[in-house]
Amino acid sequence: MPESQPPESAGTALADEMGTTGLVADAFTVEIAGVTAGVQPTRKKRLGFGAWLAIVWLVGLIVAAIAAPILPIAGPNETFTSIQRAQAPFATISTPGGGTTTPFAEGHLLGGDRNGHDLLSRAIYGARNSLIVGFGAIAFGILVGGLLGLIGGYYRGRVDAVIVAFLDIMLAIPALVLALSLTAVFRGRVPDLWILVIALAIISVPVLGRITRANTLVWSEREFVTAARAQGAKNWRIMTREVLPNVLPAMFSIALLGVAVVIAAEAALRLLGIGLSITDPSWGGIINDGRDFLTQGITAHVVFVGSAFIFFTILSLNYLADVVRARFDVREAAI
Amino acid sequence: MLDALGTILGILLILVVVVGVLGVLALALGTRAGRKKLLQLIIVLLVVTFFSFSLLHLTPGDPARTQKPFATEAQLRPIRKEIGLDKPFLVQYKDWLFDFVRGDFGKDYSTNLPVKDSIGQQLGISLQLIFYAQFLALALAIPLGILAAYKAGTWFDKIGNAAAFGAIAIPPFVIAFVLIFYLAVQGGWFPTQQYVAFGTDPAEHFKHMFLPAVSLAIAQIAIYMRLLRSDMIQTLQEDFITMAKAKGLTNRRILWRHALRPSSFTLLTAAALNFGALIGGAVVIEVVFQLPGMGLGLVTAVATRQYSAVQAYVALIAVAFVLFNAMVDGVYSVLDPRIRHARVAAA
Repeated sequence: MPESQPPESAGTALADEMGTTGLVADAFTVEIAGVTAGVQPTRKKRLGFGAWLAIVWLVGLIVAAIAAPILPIAGPNETFTSIQRAQAPFATISTPGGGTTTPFAEGHLLGGDRNGHDLLSRAIYGARNSLIVGFGAIAFGILVGGLLGLIGGYYRGRVDAVIVAFLDIMLAIPALVLALSLTAVFRGRVPDLWILVIALAIISVPVLGRITRANTLVWSEREFVTAARAQGAKNWRIMTREVLPNVLPAMFSIALLGVAVVIAAEAALRLLGIGLSITDPSWGGIINDGRDFLTQGITAHVVFVGSAFIFFTILSLNYLADVVRARFDVREAAI
Repeated sequence: MLDALGTILGILLILVVVVGVLGVLALALGTRAGRKKLLQLIIVLLVVTFFSFSLLHLTPGDPARTQKPFATEAQLRPIRKEIGLDKPFLVQYKDWLFDFVRGDFGKDYSTNLPVKDSIGQQLGISLQLIFYAQFLALALAIPLGILAAYKAGTWFDKIGNAAAFGAIAIPPFVIAFVLIFYLAVQGGWFPTQQYVAFGTDPAEHFKHMFLPAVSLAIAQIAIYMRLLRSDMIQTLQEDFITMAKAKGLTNRRILWRHALRPSSFTLLTAAALNFGALIGGAVVIEVVFQLPGMGLGLVTAVATRQYSAVQAYVALIAVAFVLFNAMVDGVYSVLDPRIRHARVAAA
């Protein structure tokens, strides 16, 4: 928004005067009302309770994921004989002394999986991979899709037509099918984590490209852009210093939704037997490891722990995306 | 082969697509914008099939070798010739595309049967699953959406919004596992694996399809409900609704007979687009429930490295998706002249 622009920019004053509302969605996009939490557009600077909850969850996860090796938790591939006998956190295990204990009492707060791994540790180390895949893929999507969208929306004409056609073609293949076929192609040539990031990044390019283009189209028509041009600013400078700061909120909002989609896609690919190997913990991996126990009726907690981490993370990301959208009054395109 | 319901659904779908494409064609050739759209459609289809085709050649190793890993060089030669690997790349693509359009998708090298046979059956099963899921989603979302719009701003609406927002954040496979655990494993009411044809045993058929359909439907109920709610709130502020109220019509009649139809455009578009997307998008649910649909077929082909089958699956799913979207787009502009004029003006 305007405060992120340099004060000497002629556009700043104009943008302030005009107000920052008035974004119109691209004519070919359908507004999806379904993904909103009903956060009302507001100019308030204060964040609501829900937003703080979401931020606390995400920041907590990121800190735990980074600090995992120094946290007082077990290693992700360490096996415990006590959990091998009973996995659910409150299942009873008989001790050699004749008494009983539970995995929870033994310090395994979320219980363990069938391999005797501590689930809390798997979930926190899993957060590393899930978040790397989620944010890594979207970071790539922002770079490539953002650049394409900015160029297409700013220059228009033939360049734009080619870029739009390119993005449309990428959207023509259903995302999971594209990810599946890309992993099939790259399998064995690069490490599994990179395959995932690349495949999911490619999927996110058209989504971020379209939203950036649609918003760039609108913002580059504005008076402050004309003013900057009249002052002799180069195209590149106008794109990065005048247009981009105004397009960023919309990109950011969609990027948050995108991270959520990618985290779910990682888990889905893992369930399809494609993706990270068994020694690399991820939330999808936890669910996949617990699948047999669930269908055999032994215990469902392994699947539910993995699912809960995915659910709360997606919920937080979706909610924050909505807060960003409401704050900046972004009216955007469908994914 | 296809069972009765699958065949009927398949024929219906083909009919809808054919009628849709013909309609779009008739419309497209009439206007400049339409001709441009048609040209774009053809280019997209060519590029998408080209991408599917080149998957085989992007994969590491010799495509012939992956099909017969232990064959000698001499044994591989006829396979190479059959796939056409001795010809230039673009000629190979042309040959493949011609075969693909005629419905010849190559052979499955583990069973030596044409890929077409299994795909036909799988498409029927996938279509049934999508049909049930969409039916469930619309059947629940329409009344809920109407009620939410009617009670906009009340506690019911707020709780509904929160529930919908939560439902969207749950991936379908998580819903699937929760349902499997509580309704199938603990309750014992539903089977969790395999597929039973409608013709074999209708009751068992629906029992087998229920959990997968619900897993897919939950998030869509939430989305459809929200779409209908926001359009309906706008419709309810129109003059003709005030008029209907003034005439003393009952709320039920106003909501269902007067307000629903003008509010359902966005909803129906979203539902139609979803239908196309789900042909490949139900992959995970098909795998979790071991339903032998297109998704499970694609995953099996990837896992067993049946690359000619992978090509066929990816191409079919993408082409179906593109045609479906183009059709929805075309039908939509036929139904709502505002859009047609807006697009012509924009072009």
